[in-house]
Amino acid sequence: MINMDILEVRDLSVNVEDKLILKNITFSLKEGVSHILFGPNGSGKTTLISTLMGLPGYEVVSGKIFFMGEDITQKGVDERAKLGLVVSFQNPPEITGVRLGDLLKLCLGKASTDEFTEEEQKQIEAFKLTSFLNRETNVGFSGGERKRSEILQLIFLKPKLMLLDEPDSGVDVESLRLIASEIQHYVEATGSSALIITHKGDIMEHVKAGYGCILLQGQFHCFTEPMGIYEDIKKLGYEGCVACRMRTREGWQSEQ
Amino acid sequence: MSSNKKNDLVNVPHQILEEAQKAGIEAQEEKRAGTFFHVDQTTVHSKVNELFEGKLELMDVKDALQKYSWLKDYMWKLVDKNKDEFTKKVAEDYSGGYFMRILPGAELTFPLQSCLMITQKNLEQRVHNIIIAEEGSKAHIITSCLQHSNVPSAAHLGISEIYVKKGAVLNFTMIHQWSENTLVRPRSAVEIGDGATFVSNYVCMRPVRDVQMYPAAYCRGVNSRVSFNSILYGHKDSQLDIGSKAVLSGKGSKAEMVSRAIAREGSKMIIRGMIEGDSSDCKGHLECRGLLMDDKSFMQSIPELIAKKKGVEITHEAAVGKISEKEITYLMTRKLSRDQAVSLIIRGFMDVGILGLPDALNVEIKSIVDASTQAD
Ligand SMILES: Nc1ncnc2c1ncn2[C@@H]1O[C@H](COP(=O)(O)OP(=O)(O)OP(=O)(O)O)[C@@H](O)[C@H]1O
Ligand SMILES: [Mg+2]
Repeated sequence: MINMDILEVRDLSVNVEDKLILKNITFSLKEGVSHILFGPNGSGKTTLISTLMGLPGYEVVSGKIFFMGEDITQKGVDERAKLGLVVSFQNPPEITGVRLGDLLKLCLGKASTDEFTEEEQKQIEAFKLTSFLNRETNVGFSGGERKRSEILQLIFLKPKLMLLDEPDSGVDVESLRLIASEIQHYVEATGSSALIITHKGDIMEHVKAGYGCILLQGQFHCFTEPMGIYEDIKKLGYEGCVACRMRTREGWQSEQ
Repeated sequence: MSSNKKNDLVNVPHQILEEAQKAGIEAQEEKRAGTFFHVDQTTVHSKVNELFEGKLELMDVKDALQKYSWLKDYMWKLVDKNKDEFTKKVAEDYSGGYFMRILPGAELTFPLQSCLMITQKNLEQRVHNIIIAEEGSKAHIITSCLQHSNVPSAAHLGISEIYVKKGAVLNFTMIHQWSENTLVRPRSAVEIGDGATFVSNYVCMRPVRDVQMYPAAYCRGVNSRVSFNSILYGHKDSQLDIGSKAVLSGKGSKAEMVSRAIAREGSKMIIRGMIEGDSSDCKGHLECRGLLMDDKSFMQSIPELIAKKKGVEITHEAAVGKISEKEITYLMTRKLSRDQAVSLIIRGFMDVGILGLPDALNVEIKSIVDASTQAD
């Protein structure tokens, strides 16, 4: 095996508001690889990454989560973040009173009195966020602006595994190219991994993903050739795609 | 006592100066238009920066009363002597206070500072302050009231009467740094003339036993303006009953009140605000936001809007509640611990930007706010 597992999930079942959303799911994510996660609305994608991050309200009723070999199932959100597991939100909240500039500095591990380096300033400029530094985080940001700010925060956190919840939805063509290529660049340059939730294939034009996964009826399925998976979903639907691939075992993750 | 000739901050003991600096007092006098120190029952220092000679007058109010016979007409004109037991006590006997007069048309490019301090145990400090911003003048005043940290218990009764005359702009920032055993009863009122503006900023960050105050602004002039802004941090069983009142009788007058309050560790806070519209085209807005940090604390917001003439436009927004868990969690996903996330939100909430101060003062006040919120 070339790639090690960065994340391993075993028999994970998750309740939200006393309702079982994920049932005994088992899968792993590879180190240094981007994974695309598809799945119908309401299938539990956001639930899954929220659980991986340890957000409150997502109750692990059984199973375990291992991150770089360490059992993190009981760890707090900030502990997971410090280990290098980070998340970008599908709908990030407004943080009144906290300026984006200060938050970005915190992401970089700087004090609010520290300055950004030239390199960092360039990156902020590339994300078209320079004029947002003095604004309160996400307050009055448009949908696309929020996504740009989320992704930049993640990159500044220098993570080992990024969980990205629909980084591409509501994002204009140019911003999508920017976001996708920045993710790709980061993964490539650092040998880190990503799990990217999406409903569309455009992001794969710039993110060279190794796997395409589908979350369906509380079950996680993972295959190689994510572009092919996306095409199949378009043709056969989620269920049809999973059924077909399972039958042929084509690209099916070998150890599952 | 005669004090206006005591001329150097070196007369102020080092220890006192050090404490005062934490409450916003600038020890380098050349950065201030003038400096006034009243410690316990004595005015120990009162000096105008020579760059501002001829632009303002600064002295103990008792000296000023000797100098100007007309000044007695400004005493007890806006505040009623018989208002309550505290005003009565000060009327009976007081140890002095500041007299500040910004001369007509003068613009003070540096702030004017005053420090009222208690260093004696069980002292009841009683002062009476008068500020006159003459026509067309412009000034920032920063006044710090504090109790020396080794004094177990004390009281401060302070009367302030402020006159902002035609076209003048006066920005008055008061910083309270009392202690867990101080009883504080300021009684203040302001008269605002034609086209004049008064901005009152109140910052209370340290624990205090009990403060109750309700300054009143009388917008009597045509197009007169008043703003009251407060940043209140109630902790360690502090009791704060803070409000402000604006009476808009001048044609086209306007009032704005903004407060940010945090209650934690068993503190009780009542935030009041009253805007009374007495003339037909006056406007007012009141905004109060409060954060309650635990179940031992208490917060109440009491806005009052009164309209007496047709066409009065007065509005208010108030919100009291807890910090949203969602926001805390969000920051924790950015590697902040829960405590760091909470204190970041608190510091953001205590936004000194609402005070509308010049940059340099903003930085000073922000550092006071940050120091207090980071301490816990
Ligand atoms: N707080 C909640 N209370 C009740 N049900 C919830 C809650 N959060 C999620 N659910 C339910 O859990 C299921 C999975 O939701 P989730 O947000 O994980 O879906 P998703 O796959 O991310 O969908 P989408 O593609 O629309 O973003 C849905 O049926 C949703 O209604
Ligand atoms: Mg979702």
